[in-house]
Amino acid sequence: MSFLEQIRRSVTISKKNIKIYYSKGPVIIFGLLFPLFLFLAYTIGREMPTKELMPGLIGMTTFFTSTSVGPAIIPWETRSKTLERLICCPIKFWAILIGDMLASFTFGATISLIPVVIALFYGLELINFLIIILGLILSSFCFSALSVLLSSYPPTDIPATAMMVSSLVKFPLVFISGVFIPIEQLPYWGRIISSISPLTYFTDLVRHSILNSGYYALPLDFAAIIMFTAIFVYAAVKIHERTLPKRIS
Amino acid sequence: MATPIEVENLTKRFGEIAAVDHISFKVKRGEIFGFLGPNGAGKTTTIRILTGILKPDEGKAIVAGYNVVEEPVKVKQCIGVVPEVSNAYVDLSAWDNLMLIGELYGVPKRERIERATKLLKEFGLYEAKNRLVRGFSKGMKQRLLLCMALINEPEILFLDEPTSGLDVESARLLREKIQQYNSEGKTIFLSTHNMDEANRLCQRIAIINHGEIAAIDTPENLRAQSVELQRVEVAFDKSVKLEEISKHPEVIKALSAGNKVTIYTADPSSIIEFVVEFAKKCKVRILSLNTVMPSLEDIFMKLIKEHGKK
Repeated sequence: MSFLEQIRRSVTISKKNIKIYYSKGPVIIFGLLFPLFLFLAYTIGREMPTKELMPGLIGMTTFFTSTSVGPAIIPWETRSKTLERLICCPIKFWAILIGDMLASFTFGATISLIPVVIALFYGLELINFLIIILGLILSSFCFSALSVLLSSYPPTDIPATAMMVSSLVKFPLVFISGVFIPIEQLPYWGRIISSISPLTYFTDLVRHSILNSGYYALPLDFAAIIMFTAIFVYAAVKIHERTLPKRIS
Repeated sequence: MATPIEVENLTKRFGEIAAVDHISFKVKRGEIFGFLGPNGAGKTTTIRILTGILKPDEGKAIVAGYNVVEEPVKVKQCIGVVPEVSNAYVDLSAWDNLMLIGELYGVPKRERIERATKLLKEFGLYEAKNRLVRGFSKGMKQRLLLCMALINEPEILFLDEPTSGLDVESARLLREKIQQYNSEGKTIFLSTHNMDEANRLCQRIAIINHGEIAAIDTPENLRAQSVELQRVEVAFDKSVKLEEISKHPEVIKALSAGNKVTIYTADPSSIIEFVVEFAKKCKVRILSLNTVMPSLEDIFMKLIKEHGKK
């Protein structure tokens, strides 16, 4: 069976995930309410020009929305035994996981478009708008892959456990990725740590496009996001494959 | 496809425990093959290996002409599975569940719609097609699972305890459908606890215990191999001495409960003659006399016991 046929089946899985999981409580809480409140806590009372707030807002929205669906799907499917149903079907396991990533990606990319479109009203040029859109697409998929990776271990059937584990990784990443403080203002060790976060490169890319003040070169931002995506997809597939027998036994 | 299912030395271990231990068997084309065993015997693990869900540690399994380890996707494309636990998506409607599974099998949209409509009507679910599965009864869920297993028109059906816990009507409908699909040429691998169901539906039966196959044969041959389980049940008008009956050379074992005596024998007709003579001699009346052939359950219990001793 061809690779394209498997990808078509991934899209089928993704459509199913969109129907079932977008309206689940934890997805709404972790994907929409959390970043909104975090952003409000960051902005209220600080006199910053709106344009300067945009990179942080876009980065945070993309990161939280793209990582909100992914960690929940596999534990939910494990609990309801529907994972076994999917594995009975002629679809490779990696294609199921790509379907989960696509659902998470669609949620993240769609909602994150809102602040990007708002940025247009604050003088964002068309070429920079397109750069952000391309970065948004790549980063949303990268973060979605990370979220599916975060649900791979421990092989739990409790969605709340997977959400907790993923939050343990997500929150520190937000604080070290130049969302609240630009990378150039971080101490040397802070800049080293921030370089291991994929969110750093997306936020940097947005800063380039909106404020013309990025820390890394744009091609490096894109290259880093693509590299992180490849690592996350590979690791998610391998670890999930290894833990799968525990989920269905 | 000469032999739809061929299993050779199949083994699966979970830690130290061998859930399936070097089992071998073949399922013929167009037969209903029963897989019987107590809880934890290895039935579900075997089905999971044969349907490509689990990988075996040793041995080989060929399903629909494909090796389940080397070409699991091709195997899955040719089979339909009704798992032990109901696993339709409860947040989707019956229709959406069927469309999802049909799409995952690569069934073209028009055919998918035609087949889903036909199956839902056949299984009495058409009126409920737009309802969420969450509100379905167990019988409805099980019927939907069978519809989902049939949406790709598979050559081979794997059914893991399909009638377990169902009401009489739903269980009967499912059995009828199993027979119908078998008569249309489908090979059916049926795991069940229900001896009567296995007896009525299956052409051959494998009995599995502690991960090993204890016996494989037709229900009739399994009975014939267990002549010692045949018995004559006699009710007298008063109690009799059991020792007198036990002395007869054809009596394997005699048990009494009140005025009723159960005599195990390989030769029921000579025992009937003996009992009539015995009643005359002891001046007791026979109130009832029955010859009971061993049930599949008797044979199952015997084989499991013998296998356990080994």
